[in-house]
Amino acid sequence: MTTPLALGVLGGAILSGTSLLYATLGETIVERSGIVNLGLEGILLIGASVGFSTAAATGNAWFGVMAAAMAGGLANVLFGWLVVTRRANQLASGLAMMFFGFGISALVGAPYVGAVIVGLPKWRPSWLGGLPWVQSTTLFDYDALTWLAVPVAILVWWALFWTRWGLAVRAVGERPGAVFASGRNPSVLQYQALSSGGLLGGLAGAHLSLSLTKTWAEYMTAGRGFIAIALVIFSKWHPLRAIAGALLFGGAEALQLQLQARGSAVSPFLLDMTPYLLTLLVLLAWGGSRRLVAPASLGRTFYGSDG
Amino acid sequence: MPEARTTAAFRKSPIVRVALHDAGICAVVLAAFAAILLAAGKHPLKAYADTFRYTLANAYGFSELIVRMTPLVLTAVSVALPSRLGLINVGGEGQLYMGAWMASAGALLAPDLPTWILLPLVAVLGFMGGGVWAAIPGLLRAGKLVSETISTLLLNYVAPLIVSYFIFGPWRAPGSSAYPQSPVFPEAALLPSFFNTRIHAGFIISLAALLVYWLIVEKTRWGIDMRAIGGNAEAAQRLGIPVAKWIVVALAVGGGFAGLAGMGEVMGIHGRLRQGLSPGYGFTGFLVSWLAGGRPLGILFMAFLFAIITSTGDTLQITQGLPYSVVHILLAMILFIVLAGRPVRAGAI
Repeated sequence: MTTPLALGVLGGAILSGTSLLYATLGETIVERSGIVNLGLEGILLIGASVGFSTAAATGNAWFGVMAAAMAGGLANVLFGWLVVTRRANQLASGLAMMFFGFGISALVGAPYVGAVIVGLPKWRPSWLGGLPWVQSTTLFDYDALTWLAVPVAILVWWALFWTRWGLAVRAVGERPGAVFASGRNPSVLQYQALSSGGLLGGLAGAHLSLSLTKTWAEYMTAGRGFIAIALVIFSKWHPLRAIAGALLFGGAEALQLQLQARGSAVSPFLLDMTPYLLTLLVLLAWGGSRRLVAPASLGRTFYGSDG
Repeated sequence: MPEARTTAAFRKSPIVRVALHDAGICAVVLAAFAAILLAAGKHPLKAYADTFRYTLANAYGFSELIVRMTPLVLTAVSVALPSRLGLINVGGEGQLYMGAWMASAGALLAPDLPTWILLPLVAVLGFMGGGVWAAIPGLLRAGKLVSETISTLLLNYVAPLIVSYFIFGPWRAPGSSAYPQSPVFPEAALLPSFFNTRIHAGFIISLAALLVYWLIVEKTRWGIDMRAIGGNAEAAQRLGIPVAKWIVVALAVGGGFAGLAGMGEVMGIHGRLRQGLSPGYGFTGFLVSWLAGGRPLGILFMAFLFAIITSTGDTLQITQGLPYSVVHILLAMILFIVLAGRPVRAGAI
């Protein structure tokens, strides 16, 4: 009985971790440019509802994925207008985006509550399916977003650490004044970081509604946006470490689902608490060291660019 | 003497200026929200007219606004008090649920006590429930371990699960299979209500809380200490103010007020513990406090305004077949406009 449980948890960890990984990567790019977006929860909801309703209306899950990514990017541009152009308080603006996501997603999703969609197609390479301990399970039977999650993490890592653009984005997060002095426009870089981060946030939401649950329900992201913000801290603002973080939290969620499916004696409500409590514990354990690695200008508003 | 006041002078008086400014924001936001509803194929003008008809145009509707205001004032105070120290308490929702939970525990475990003991006991327990829940982020923040913003947000998701665990488990009333809830509380634990409406003693508690808040921050040494920490925590520490202790106390007391809101909902409205106690009162309270700048009269005014605005959510649900949550768009747009017009000054965070 133990092997199937372990396999079930592993398979579930990868599935549940997918949306967390996309969300964490998106927030990592944004925070590397010096901006905290507490509204990530709202972005995920927008992605999930826009993705689902587009898929339900067009009958094609891929249109849903594209629409979700665009909606997420646009929502973050709106956030950018507040915190970059209008120089508004980042925490309060993030909470405003959270409210906006609650409301817009409820409005967009309302006509499609209970709709049935064909989710993203799943696919397993035959050489993996042929392995004896994989054959009878759903392990490695994933949709494209899950298969692409780790490659995207590597792509984000490459973009942030091995390109001129990434260097400039990270520099904005550390010392926007220096970037400005070197002739680049910090605001433009922040908008670029925000829109690409929002795109990934939209994908995260789309994976939830188009693959994981194949339904739309209000507040269905259930705090994953906040968990992803914690994962950014956990992974020390590094895209590759985010993979481990997403797997760990996806694993916690999968373990809890597996226990519930096997009729565990523990109340499902108590099991449902684990991701949030685990997040707090992780933040607690990492709390002391975060100041050393966080982007130096994270959460600060830059005033020099118009000067 | 002011008899020779011209319209220009009238426009310049600060209260009128603020009122005109706020009315302008409301008009813009209502117009924008109407455009969104139109795009969704709904009837915004009818929604606004219905909201007006159900709330301000008759006595019962007005009394329901007071009912809705009660938890908003309390959750707003729960945000305003810690904000004096520069702390961001976004956990009013969870603190409200824990207050309701502790108050329910009192009413269910000691049902035979006389009213004059049980009612104060239930209120104290409600305060403690929210207070202890908020003390956790307070301790984490005071120890410089976890930002209170993220920890209060996370705990919002845990508290309703605790309530659900109890009403699906140990406290489940027999015969409540479809929508599990606790047994009805003893009469002695219930808050008295007035004028044949649902206005209950919680409203008086909320006004008292506002008064206590005003006294603390304006009229006591504590208020000065808190402002000193909010201005410059390091300087306050060097002056000998115990900053860490203050962080825990301010968040705990703030959370206590949100707990009282939860107590009021179960003891004044529902008479039993159930799921879905709050349609986001904790979050709305955050907006109320933030927009009022933590000023007591501002909180009272904003709570009333937000009671009307969130009633729009009910109207949308009842007459237009939209989910209540759609009203969050309205709340968000108010925030957008205020935030966009209030840039952070250089040097301030």
